[in-house]
Amino acid sequence: MSEQGRVITYSDAGVEALREEMRRDSSIVYIGQGIGPRGGNFRQTKGLWKEFGDDRLRDTGICELGATGVAIGAAMAGTRTIVDEVFLDFALEAITQIVQQAANISYMSNGKIKAPVLVRGAMGAVRNAGAHHSHTFYNWFANTPGLKVVLPATPYDLKGLFKSSLREPGPVMFIEHKSLYNTKGVVPEEDYIIPLGEARIVREGKDLTIVAMSRMVDLAAKAAAELEKEGISVEVIDPRTIVPLDRQRITDSIKKTGKLVVIDESPSSCSFAAELLAIAVEDCFNEMQVVPKRICSKPVPNPFSPVLENLMIPSVERIVSEVHEVLKNVRRKS
Amino acid sequence: MTASVAENVDQKLLLDYYKQMLELRVFEIKVQELYRNGRLPGFVHLYVGEEAVAVGVCASLRNEDLIFSTHRGHGHALAKGVPGRVVLAELWGKVTGCSGGRGGSMHMYAPEWGFMGTNGIVGAPIPLATGGGLTAKLAKKGGVAVSFFGEGAVNSGSFHEAVNFGAVWNLPVIYVCENNLYATEMAFSRATKNISVASRAAAYGMKGVEVDGQDVMAVHAAASEAIRIARADGGPTLIECKTYRYVGHHEGDPGTDYRTKEEVREWKGKDPVKLARKRLLDSGVAESTLAAVDQEVEVWIEEAVQFAESSPEPSAESVTEHVY
Repeated sequence: MSEQGRVITYSDAGVEALREEMRRDSSIVYIGQGIGPRGGNFRQTKGLWKEFGDDRLRDTGICELGATGVAIGAAMAGTRTIVDEVFLDFALEAITQIVQQAANISYMSNGKIKAPVLVRGAMGAVRNAGAHHSHTFYNWFANTPGLKVVLPATPYDLKGLFKSSLREPGPVMFIEHKSLYNTKGVVPEEDYIIPLGEARIVREGKDLTIVAMSRMVDLAAKAAAELEKEGISVEVIDPRTIVPLDRQRITDSIKKTGKLVVIDESPSSCSFAAELLAIAVEDCFNEMQVVPKRICSKPVPNPFSPVLENLMIPSVERIVSEVHEVLKNVRRKS
Repeated sequence: MTASVAENVDQKLLLDYYKQMLELRVFEIKVQELYRNGRLPGFVHLYVGEEAVAVGVCASLRNEDLIFSTHRGHGHALAKGVPGRVVLAELWGKVTGCSGGRGGSMHMYAPEWGFMGTNGIVGAPIPLATGGGLTAKLAKKGGVAVSFFGEGAVNSGSFHEAVNFGAVWNLPVIYVCENNLYATEMAFSRATKNISVASRAAAYGMKGVEVDGQDVMAVHAAASEAIRIARADGGPTLIECKTYRYVGHHEGDPGTDYRTKEEVREWKGKDPVKLARKRLLDSGVAESTLAAVDQEVEVWIEEAVQFAESSPEPSAESVTEHVY
């Protein structure tokens, strides 16, 4: 596939989206640790403080509970806020504010009060960061009524989804992946948004559907390229937002191919992969030719040891091997 | 540091505050009666005995100033101007309640009057109120936010992180601690070593004031000064109001297992409603004037009960609305 157009990194795509939205909406205030002059631990706010200053890029100490509560309260009172937990893991310091307050406020107030707060954080394994810095619990937020959950996998999607998310009336969990920050992709310079609730067909195919989230999308695409060489045509779908979920596009694909494999960096039990399997069974039972498969991380805290972590997390090799197994087990033909 | 109280009573003000406090008192007693008769769902935490704090603080607030309340918040809602009928309808789960019946006692919101909610989580509204102060500061219209919380919240991380933000960002927030000595059954003196809430303000580089929470004019004096400072971008103040609840923690808790009869009797001797009434009489207001006020409040509560009782329930179709 040839790249046509300007190529920038995932982190720079986020900075561009932020700059455009913060210029467009002068009420936006960004709160987080190291996001001011430093430009963010992942360079995710590079250059913004120089333009917008202390009033709008508010550096904090290490107090996610307070920072998140302040961001939510300011949003309830009318300021659109972004609170950057930096590492999604640190959202746990603030989770009561996210789940008990932000997620509930619209319903509890009968729609009278909204909290337009975007909670930002980077998830997933990176450079053997270990058990405290590698979590992927986006499924918890997906199971909390009131929260939207966005998982951008490419620079292009990141910019468009970020801009959409910053126009939402209520709280959005905007979850990037740490290992994607330095990846590059084509990102148009013009203003564009990607509506929430629209999945992307990464690659079309007819033999089997792979649904993958976040960093796993790239692994799925690589596995599909390998399988193509063997004559297996794999359709890869990235939901991009798991709440709202583009159920239609996913189930259309499963009905077309009759086979579903899900790649999810979380442990499998009660994962979002489990939700996708449930949806497949509910909507596509008659069309399915084989038991749906989820390929997830082994149910262990992220080990520091590179050897062990590589065993934990899905890999292209594991995906290819599991797809072969699935194809062997096909019970009925369409 | 104790706030001083003017000796000359401003009769007009005190009469207004007396009526408001009486409304809070009569409302809560009525809620207690309805609850004990099985008319109200859920749980209630009553404000009986603490009326001077809500009324004294809210007296200097504009409609558009925001207050963030607790699980013991009916008094705050009424003092902020939320109509009694609307609060009662909410407690009754009716669609005419300020939250359409979806919130009840601990999750009721009325932004039309700047009432940003009661809350089921101790300490959680303190950072929220601080955020409300941030919005007010950025709007540059002199608006303020008030955070109500009990002494039971001051050992929480929420309190610590929130007031630190209030102080370091110089936000127009008034942190009002209603120290009624007990968090459920836990005496403050058993929960913490430093039992002065006001003294904690110094740790954040912030002003802290201690006030007699049963004297509505003293509360008003301390709060109006803090509000004046906040409006002038002078930053936050922590006001510790020494008060007491004459009821249990929630309806169902008699409040006598962990408090002595003597202590309760002593505090009932400082009933804020009775104190105000006596002060008005002593200053020359006629008994008939006060009796007329009492009668108005009786009519008011009866009307509120009729309204709430006869209001409809939320519709079945509405159960999945307003989630996002």
